[in-house]
Amino acid sequence: MSIRLHNIGKHFGSGRQRTRALEPINLDIQEGELVGLLGPSGSGKTTLLRIIAGLENPDRDGGARILFGDRDVTDVHVRDRRIGFVFQHYALFRHMTVFDNVAFGLTVMPRRNRPTSGEIRARVHRLLEMVQLESLAGRYPAQLSGGQQQRVSLARALALRPDVLLLDEPFGALDAKVRQDLRRWLRHLHDELGFTSLFVTHDQEEALELSDRVAVMSNGRIEQIDTPDDLYRAPGNRFVFEFLGDVNHLEGEVRGGILTCGDARLSVELPDGPEELLLRPHEVRLVEAPSPEARLPATVTAISPVGAEVRVELAADWMAAPWLATVRHADYERLDLRRGQRLYVEPRRWHRFPEGRETRRDAPRASLA
Amino acid sequence: MQRIGDAPAVRRALILAAVALAALFLLLPLVAIFAQAFAQGVGVFWSNVSDHYTLRAIGLTLFITVLTIPVCLVFGVALAWLVTRFSFPGRRLLQTLIDIPFAVSPVVAGLIYLLLYGRNGWLGGWLDGHDVQLMFAWPGILMVTIFVTCPFVARELIPLMQAQGSREEEAAVTLGAPGWTLFRRVTLPNIRWALLYGVILTNARAVGEFGAVSVVSGAIRGQTNTLPLHLEQLYQDYNTVGAFASASLLALIALLTLAAKAGLEWRAARQEALA
Amino acid sequence: MSTRALPFAFGRTPRRVLPGFGLSLGVSLLFISLVLLLPMTGLFGQLAGLSLAEYWAIISDGRVVASYTVTIGAAALAALINAAFGLLLAWVLVRYDFPGKRLLDALMDLPFALPTAVAGITLATLYSSNGWMGRLLEPLGLQVAYTWVGIALAMAFTSIPFVVRTVQPVLEDLPQEVDEAALTLGATDGTAFRRVILPHLWPALVTGTGLAFVRSLGEFGAIIFIAGNMPYETEITALMIFVRLQEYDYAGASAIASVVLFVSLALLLAINIWQGRFARRLHGGRG
Repeated sequence: MSIRLHNIGKHFGSGRQRTRALEPINLDIQEGELVGLLGPSGSGKTTLLRIIAGLENPDRDGGARILFGDRDVTDVHVRDRRIGFVFQHYALFRHMTVFDNVAFGLTVMPRRNRPTSGEIRARVHRLLEMVQLESLAGRYPAQLSGGQQQRVSLARALALRPDVLLLDEPFGALDAKVRQDLRRWLRHLHDELGFTSLFVTHDQEEALELSDRVAVMSNGRIEQIDTPDDLYRAPGNRFVFEFLGDVNHLEGEVRGGILTCGDARLSVELPDGPEELLLRPHEVRLVEAPSPEARLPATVTAISPVGAEVRVELAADWMAAPWLATVRHADYERLDLRRGQRLYVEPRRWHRFPEGRETRRDAPRASLA
Repeated sequence: MQRIGDAPAVRRALILAAVALAALFLLLPLVAIFAQAFAQGVGVFWSNVSDHYTLRAIGLTLFITVLTIPVCLVFGVALAWLVTRFSFPGRRLLQTLIDIPFAVSPVVAGLIYLLLYGRNGWLGGWLDGHDVQLMFAWPGILMVTIFVTCPFVARELIPLMQAQGSREEEAAVTLGAPGWTLFRRVTLPNIRWALLYGVILTNARAVGEFGAVSVVSGAIRGQTNTLPLHLEQLYQDYNTVGAFASASLLALIALLTLAAKAGLEWRAARQEALA
Repeated sequence: MSTRALPFAFGRTPRRVLPGFGLSLGVSLLFISLVLLLPMTGLFGQLAGLSLAEYWAIISDGRVVASYTVTIGAAALAALINAAFGLLLAWVLVRYDFPGKRLLDALMDLPFALPTAVAGITLATLYSSNGWMGRLLEPLGLQVAYTWVGIALAMAFTSIPFVVRTVQPVLEDLPQEVDEAALTLGATDGTAFRRVILPHLWPALVTGTGLAFVRSLGEFGAIIFIAGNMPYETEITALMIFVRLQEYDYAGASAIASVVLFVSLALLLAINIWQGRFARRLHGGRG
């Protein structure tokens, strides 16, 4: 079932202490899509999710409307919205067994719609089978690991066959390894059952790995919504660019096509004036001698081989904050990198966001040769 | 934010019911005490309060309370320190034992002291031979008052000290702090408000104890009558206004206790908000 | 309690990091022995002088048995009233904001702070036939003072804080998500309260009600003024002990006291054990 949000704004508090949590937001989610809401804490992502669930009410004055398919649910109480909600800390009922937790939604249905107890039992066992927890049906939540509890919570949310599945930082409280497994498993489940899901996370890796589309939020606004690929390659603004990965900053003064910053120089085809360039760690090379286009001296302060590449931390007087460069193992060996070594950084590509919008430049061909 | 029972009608009905019942069961009696005490005007109230026997009763009550508090304080701190800072066999038993005074009927508490120290008791007989009379005199009143009030300080301190853990004290030990310095400079600042609250509760109970004291006091007017016993006698003598004049003094202490508690809680909440 | 540890030597046994073990152990044991345990011996000494038949005759005497019935019945009623009232108050104090809430909260402790004798004469005066409440209730045919309803009322008054103060912190600690989870699963308010909230509060509610019951069994000062103290009708067990004492029947008083003491301690123990078992299920422990 598709989700359509129209003019969803939200303020908390009243009078002087009234603060805006969400600017009026419009968002369309297709049936069967898995969308991630990504943003730092306080960006409004959880508020948006809770409004869709019906756990919070949007501002009344903006003509807010929430549609599930053709059904307008704006004024529908949470208990009648037919959503499944998965909480960050699982929110399992501690005094009920795993079975009773999963069955809860079915057993509280009005008597005329309620399945027979045999049907309920069969359905709960199917769900537990799906989340691979059949053998633990008689346990209490306190006897399960965090990952198991979260799977129970998911089974419980799916028991009512919701139109929409909403997940609030579903893996936030789990450790790294369990997160990985659950992420893959959720993606698999989603593809198999075809429900429409929306999940909240502050972890960019998780959002990019799991989602069909990611909505990046900050300050109560959706900054950009795109496929993970487009988002990473074509960030719509500086916030998105910075939030999606490590960034090196080069801030200086352009005069006559040359940007200077302390003893660092870089040829740029930009008008005169102050300028700030942003570079991803994989968009810089380390070389032993400066080129005519770029002379950015730096000292290696730390080296850490991580997976397929080596992360090199760099420091220099002209840097406001240390830079990070990722180099291939081959280059690492060729340059014979050591801590304290002095060398030069050569940008392959840089980005700039004058007034928040991006223009991207590849470095002049000559320097790549 | 959606929570259970948030519908305005439900909310209003429940608040109204709670306030109405509390007003009827709690506030009305409180008002009645003062209304009765001043029923015949301030002058009569004053002459009742400044009556010779009333003053003697107030004096005895204060005397007993002032002696009770330090004893309970020392015991409460020692026990709390013992059961929260060390583990040893019998620790849980000790914690259960101090709840006995809460479960024992005050009359039974008075009785067991009377049986032991009274003229017929095995210790009392011996004391009587040495001309020491504990029962039907102020030492007996003091002893049963200590019995009924001794758990309060410990009960306030134990959960707090358990929650705080002993890490700070261990750090102080590694820094070479000797025992009393450690307690005074590290432990005491952390527990002082709970300690104060324990003392306030001890005070309230010590001032107002009736059942146990009435068994061991003998209720000799002007001599072994505490304020609660005194007001009982006045009430039995149909001197209602006089009884309520004394009662109002005790009610005032109760109100101060509640105010102190609310103040301490407010303080703790504010500190938590700042942290 | 070694002589070495008792003075300010701060027992320097190698395993204990913190000082004061010997001192605090000494003070605590001395105090508990002298104040709590030693007096008990007086009771047992007195009881030892009775044969089993005499003991049984005292505690099964008709007037005494009538006092058990009155006490237990009134205490049970008081505990039930307090279970409902305490739950309502705890709920309102935790879940809602309204003007005067802090005052209401503070008022909850009044019965513990107010001396029982003061509560006793006040309730007796209020509910007597020309008191504020009595004047309203008596025309309706409801006699409170000098009946066992009055006894239950006085018991309920003195034990109100037990339920409120045990349920309140548990309700405060109940995360908002528990409500929300129940609502997203389609439960109505009533169902969610009954099936989700109440089971969470159950251990605290039972503990608080149990403590209120134990306290009511032993209550004396608040009751004797309103009870009327008619033998076989409105005489509570604590008063029976007192009456025997005034008759200088120490053996009789001791026998009845031993029954009260035993029942109170057994109940206290039962509450503790039950609470521990429940806590284990909710907070982990395999099996």
